[in-house]
Amino acid sequence: MTRPRRPLRPLRALLHLFLGVVALGWLIPLVLAVYASLRPYDETARLGYFSLPESLTFGYYAEAWTQAELPRYYLNTLIIVVPGVTITLLLASFTAFAIARLRIPGRKVLLVVFTAGNLLPPQVLITPLYTMYTWIELPAWLSDSLSLYDSYLGLILIHVGFQFGFCTFVLANFMRTIPVEIGEAALVDGASVWRRYWQLTLPLCRPALAALGTLQFTWMYNDFLWALVLMSSGDKLPVTSALNNLRGQFFTDYNLLAAGSVLVALPTLIVFQLLHKHFVAGLTLGSTKG
Amino acid sequence: MSQKARRYSARDRALLIAGLGVVITLNAALIWGPTLASVVLSATDWNGISEIRWLGGENYHDLAAEYPPFWTAVRNNVLWLGFLGLLATPFGLFCAVLLDRRLALSRVYQSALYLPVVLSLAVVGFIAQLVYSADYGVLNAVTGMRTDWLGDSSINIWVVMVAAGWRHVGYVMIIYLAGLKAVDPALKEAAAIDGATETQAFFRVVFPTLRPVNVIVLVITVIEALRAFDIVYAINKGRNGLELLSVLVTENIVGEASRIGFGSAIAVVLLVIALGFIVTYLTQIFREDR
Repeated sequence: MTRPRRPLRPLRALLHLFLGVVALGWLIPLVLAVYASLRPYDETARLGYFSLPESLTFGYYAEAWTQAELPRYYLNTLIIVVPGVTITLLLASFTAFAIARLRIPGRKVLLVVFTAGNLLPPQVLITPLYTMYTWIELPAWLSDSLSLYDSYLGLILIHVGFQFGFCTFVLANFMRTIPVEIGEAALVDGASVWRRYWQLTLPLCRPALAALGTLQFTWMYNDFLWALVLMSSGDKLPVTSALNNLRGQFFTDYNLLAAGSVLVALPTLIVFQLLHKHFVAGLTLGSTKG
Repeated sequence: MSQKARRYSARDRALLIAGLGVVITLNAALIWGPTLASVVLSATDWNGISEIRWLGGENYHDLAAEYPPFWTAVRNNVLWLGFLGLLATPFGLFCAVLLDRRLALSRVYQSALYLPVVLSLAVVGFIAQLVYSADYGVLNAVTGMRTDWLGDSSINIWVVMVAAGWRHVGYVMIIYLAGLKAVDPALKEAAAIDGATETQAFFRVVFPTLRPVNVIVLVITVIEALRAFDIVYAINKGRNGLELLSVLVTENIVGEASRIGFGSAIAVVLLVIALGFIVTYLTQIFREDR
């Protein structure tokens, strides 16, 4: 098939020029953050951020790493995010399986309610949630604050509750695209619901689970609000919220803050580079319906 | 019904009831319960400790008549929505259309555009301070101006929206790019043979087929605009021109004053706006399911 008009060369060049400029413009703030984090405060205070360097140093990274105790906050994040993502995917995949593959009465209503819950702005429910968390008492081995408020468990629970709807929606759509015959053949063999879910359906959902896992890791890692409201001990904060502590009471060293920002952004950027395909797939799974 | 039900053994049924029971309980306790509680509390003067006294619509009246930050926040949320919806989203679509062709370096351009998507909005807020800082910031250095971009309450919302848009464009671009890839190339070919220019082909042929994607992008844009919080909180805790509805709600918990009833009234305003869009979106999605 011949196209009526061949694309003009100058137009191509213009296209590259435009996209190149946009791409550069998009990278500049990130490059700037890295650049600022490598320069001493008194130098940028004198010359501004837009200047040639007189000296470059990794000092701020060392400071953020040791004095601000970033490793401890990374660990806090892991304590929250790893169970958060795992439990979300487990519950969501089982619910999606029940909704997509079994004839549960009211399954459509369930899916609508779960999905809608995920779309609410968190502030809509945060005040009563906060109050409820302070009321619920927990034994000391579960929470050293003795309540759901200011506990890892509380944060894990709200992440699961909030992200669960989206995952269920995506997984239910995905499971509908798997040919029913596979499940039905097992049915003739008299397979139990658990076997159909765990051994027959889940393995086929690996691409969707990988995509959702990547996306959920990033979202939970990036959370700022839940920890801000539902945590009070500074030493239990996840790393994204702890970044705020690098700000001084009266004086903020923005170069230190830049180093902290880079360190906090690094894991998500690495995940993005490594699992780039999954990340994009996760974002688009919800939009292109199976 | 009984015929279908007979397919499940007692163990299957126990598993389903337990599994779905956990999920429904979590959802009710963490999401919809607190949401309903917000609605009820918005009609009271509760401060978390006192007896609950019924006020009816008084909080809403006070909100509209005696609380100036409310209207600033409403204005800012509307601006935010307008900015994302009328500038950032169309720009993301535009980039997606440009990138949806065989193009050298396409992957590089794409990566640059969606790199900010994996960053936490709190980190975006910190990076924004390097660009906009009055004394040392890059923007003033490059333009030779001496504007206090973040401190001047008449302009700061605009530059913060640009920072939020920086992230939103990449998000929208990924979703549209996936949508465009799913469009049957024969459609474009046919339009080209009929003598349509590329622009005509896009607006008359391709764009209408993107309807489901458009709905998703619209919902994402609205939800992002209502959820906006981290970025202004990271900059100046959402004060001095950067008030948003989400910030006003959160202020009532993490701030000094604990006016739960009043804060809930603001949350209900958010809820009503959000539900309007959520219901539209879900009706669309689940109607197509049939």
